[in-house]
Amino acid sequence: MRSAAEIAHDVTSGASSAVSEVTQSLAVIRARNEELNVFLYVDEDGAMASARRVDERLAAGEDVGPLAGVPVALKDNLCQVGVPTTAGSRILQGWLPPYNATVIDRVLAAGAVPMGKTNMDEFAMGSSTETSAYGPTRNPLDPSRVPGGSSGGSAAAVAAGMTPIALGSDTGGSIRQPAALCGLVGVKPTYGLVSRYGLIAFASSLDQIGPFAKNVTDAAMLLEAIAGHDPMDSTSLPEPSPSLVAHLGDGVAGKRFGLVRELVEGADDDVVASVTRAADALRDAGATIVELSVPEFRLGLSAYYLLAPAEASSNLARYDGVRYGLRVDGEDVAAMNEATRTAGFGAEVKRRIMLGTYALSAGYYDAYYGQALKVRTQMINAFQRAYQEADLLLGATTPSVAFKFGAKTSNPMAMYLSDVFTIPTNLAGEAAISVPFGTGEGGLPVGVQLLGPGRSEAQLFAASRVLEVADGRS
Amino acid sequence: MSSPLRREDVAKVAKLARLSLSAEELDQFTEQLGQVLEHANDIAALNLDDVVATAHPFGLINVVREDVLRESLSRDVVLAMAPDAQDGRFAVPRIMGEAP
Amino acid sequence: MPEGWELVVGLEVHTELKTTTKMFCGCLNAFGSEANTNVCPVCLGLPGSLPVLNVHAVDLAMAIGFALHSTIASSTFHRKNYFYPDMPKDFQISQYDLPINSGGYLDLPDGSRVTIERAHLEEDTGKSTHLGGSGRIHGADRSLVDYNRSGVPLVEIVSGPDIRSSAQARAYASELRGILIATGASDGRMEEGSMRMDANVSVRRFGDPLGTRCEIKNLNSLRSLGRAIDYEALRQVELIEGGGKVRQETRHWDEGLGETSTMRVKEEAEDYRYFREPDLVDLVPDKAWQERIRSSLGALPAERRAVLLARLSKPLSPQLDALEVVVDLGFDSFVLAAIDAGIEAPLALARAANELAAAIENIANLTPESFIATLRMEQSGELSATQAKKVLLEILEHGGEPRAVASANGFEQLSSDSLGATVAELITRHPEEWERYREGDEKLAQFFIGQVMKVTSGQANGRAVIAELQSRR
Repeated sequence: MRSAAEIAHDVTSGASSAVSEVTQSLAVIRARNEELNVFLYVDEDGAMASARRVDERLAAGEDVGPLAGVPVALKDNLCQVGVPTTAGSRILQGWLPPYNATVIDRVLAAGAVPMGKTNMDEFAMGSSTETSAYGPTRNPLDPSRVPGGSSGGSAAAVAAGMTPIALGSDTGGSIRQPAALCGLVGVKPTYGLVSRYGLIAFASSLDQIGPFAKNVTDAAMLLEAIAGHDPMDSTSLPEPSPSLVAHLGDGVAGKRFGLVRELVEGADDDVVASVTRAADALRDAGATIVELSVPEFRLGLSAYYLLAPAEASSNLARYDGVRYGLRVDGEDVAAMNEATRTAGFGAEVKRRIMLGTYALSAGYYDAYYGQALKVRTQMINAFQRAYQEADLLLGATTPSVAFKFGAKTSNPMAMYLSDVFTIPTNLAGEAAISVPFGTGEGGLPVGVQLLGPGRSEAQLFAASRVLEVADGRS
Repeated sequence: MSSPLRREDVAKVAKLARLSLSAEELDQFTEQLGQVLEHANDIAALNLDDVVATAHPFGLINVVREDVLRESLSRDVVLAMAPDAQDGRFAVPRIMGEAP
Repeated sequence: MPEGWELVVGLEVHTELKTTTKMFCGCLNAFGSEANTNVCPVCLGLPGSLPVLNVHAVDLAMAIGFALHSTIASSTFHRKNYFYPDMPKDFQISQYDLPINSGGYLDLPDGSRVTIERAHLEEDTGKSTHLGGSGRIHGADRSLVDYNRSGVPLVEIVSGPDIRSSAQARAYASELRGILIATGASDGRMEEGSMRMDANVSVRRFGDPLGTRCEIKNLNSLRSLGRAIDYEALRQVELIEGGGKVRQETRHWDEGLGETSTMRVKEEAEDYRYFREPDLVDLVPDKAWQERIRSSLGALPAERRAVLLARLSKPLSPQLDALEVVVDLGFDSFVLAAIDAGIEAPLALARAANELAAAIENIANLTPESFIATLRMEQSGELSATQAKKVLLEILEHGGEPRAVASANGFEQLSSDSLGATVAELITRHPEEWERYREGDEKLAQFFIGQVMKVTSGQANGRAVIAELQSRR
């Protein structure tokens, strides 16, 4: 699969057509989806119809957009009109949204072609895509291993060459971690940069939609297409989409990168080695590396595993069998609610709903949820202090390369620990990118993470580009 | 605040969340959730009295919209999603008790 | 109340706001639409939907706050979490510890003051109807839910426990309703559910601390409010005097049976797990915004009643009653304009309180000028009372100009000659009554007016008849 930039160029120039690109994408999907379980729904008819429309408009001389004819995979928590959207859960099996998520409208407006909905951990709760009610997704680079989660399907779609780009969502690392495990670029944008309207909510104050791509340029193009103010989302930042592609060549000369101890400690040796070499590469490109310690980051995991489940317990209350989705009958409506939710939710979702309900309940609110909110303020302040010493921060994305299926499922805490490097960014609402850099155990890819203050995407992308070149992949 | 999570707490919380658990699940969840909360005790123990919760990370305020009509969904579309519908309304089994 | 017992009542009033669209989405805010036709992903709580606040709802909430002398502050929205089928998200977006309006008071016509604790914004729920059984929730087999009302903006106004009688409760509710209508916040139509009342009722012996209270929910008329409070107060007193204890609970008022009854008792209090709504940002109305609202507030009912009262000399009880009706319905501007134009106050009041009130939906068809012109014709004798009323009602229904409407109806002025002849004839026919009138019994004037009306089919003008009688005395 060629890059999105190349495809868009060829389709716009007439060297290729949207229909032919989509046909190729469908062929790859057909060839590997059964083995890898990437797509829960392949929208063949919809994709071909969109592709034909793109080609017609181009033939009529219209400007179709910067992603003309580019196939894109969408995580199954993004609502798309008339397309089955399950959030990886039985409770939404067969549900057809009557509206599009804003990002889908924007992706369409950019000329891209949605190919279907990708597998994910149920309601985005997980780090391996093993909690999906529809079976796990396999890592295309090594099918005995997980692709990461919760956006495992979207990562796998790109890694398997089914589509050059994909959209996922990141609440505690759910884009960056799968990107790292699958050798991709994955971005968690500044909170509010991308509209959440139409994203099936997990944790409202942490969720953000972001791009997956094989290279930095494609990721920048996709983020530009979806970012910018949306009046349908009250938490959406007021400004329009930032210019990113134009700044890809800005370089890092004179920039200070904070290498944060707490974003590396506990990681496997091969991961640490990649981070060290990435620091070297930045130094070679003219940046200064500063060693920093941000001890507050250590509180992130605890705060996250109170805040996120608390919000989720409320966001998931609506799945009660009354208006849509699964209904299991009961002798009265409360019994029906209970029977429906018990049958429709998997164990991890139930765990988090109960944890969240507990953290919010009378008598425990102050100690748990209330405290976690304050820790979040601490996190924001800690980042601010760090950004007085450095322009951007550097660390690992995830403690290890892709792990084997079942390696972390027996103990929920073990799985939660995979998010330790990614969580702080979500708590503070800031931006971060995972960029592939080197390989580790078994030749599997390692991702390194660049973190920046809110609205610093242009700088992050420029630095990512430097690493991409240094890694020899471009 | 390091008291372990008790079985009754989990049972109560499950009821609040409209989830029914088997005896096994109750035990299993009590243990698993207990572990997470143990871990969370590190922040429960912090003195953060002077710290204020943050609303929006970038201080957004007063986001409002004008009182202008937008198109609603068609009723057919809305009811097509319903597990059970009658007379243009969503049908549910009997409701025990008035709204709180 | 029985001897030695004091009644303590606090009222919670929910009012729907008169906005065009709902609180968090652009669906129509209207009563009586076909079920589930004013819904969208947001007010249905579909997965992925997000709320965006209606600025007009905020303006109206602040107007209410100013009218109730509340403190307007920065506020936050919270989620109130509980499961119920008429709530699409199974949480309600409301305000908790940081409401938009806090404190305040409401002065009643009798001079008493009821404190206001808070008046906050929240969204309404859908509506369920129950099938099987009596149509009430108990005994129903299944229920049907309509989400048209879900997401309609509400302000909840909570009074302090200052009310001491059912009459005072009714006066409070009535005055509050007048204020809500005057600020443009609500249409006050209790029968349509746009204003709903819950009463918290407790009793105590004088000097004792507050007793346990019961909440009576969803009272939707002033009459029910009064009756329910009276019943509940007596129930509690009798319970306590009989050695029992009042159980803290929610009760339902049955208008037909005239009694309150326990709604299903819950084993423990509901835990709403309030937390700040993460999908909304804080509301910080700056001074300029607040001032814009405050300065756009018109005069409130109490002030308007005072203004009108000041224009009446020695008003009798019917005029005072009419005055209240006139202010309540917002017709005081008509009456004031008429008085300024020389129409006698009792006449203006009577026509406004009766004829205008009867055709309130069509009031837009009548201008103050037409109102004045019609009453001038009545006052001068050109039209009889009956005719004047007919003209007003016709203008209200079809529009038009008073003189034109009068002629179209053939309302000829009864010429003074023919009136004189009629009066003379009646004097001859009723010699005893005439004698008594001549001797000073003024009441007989009414008798003769009545007779003239009978003979002329209501075409005569009362004053003109009196003038005739007096001239022949």
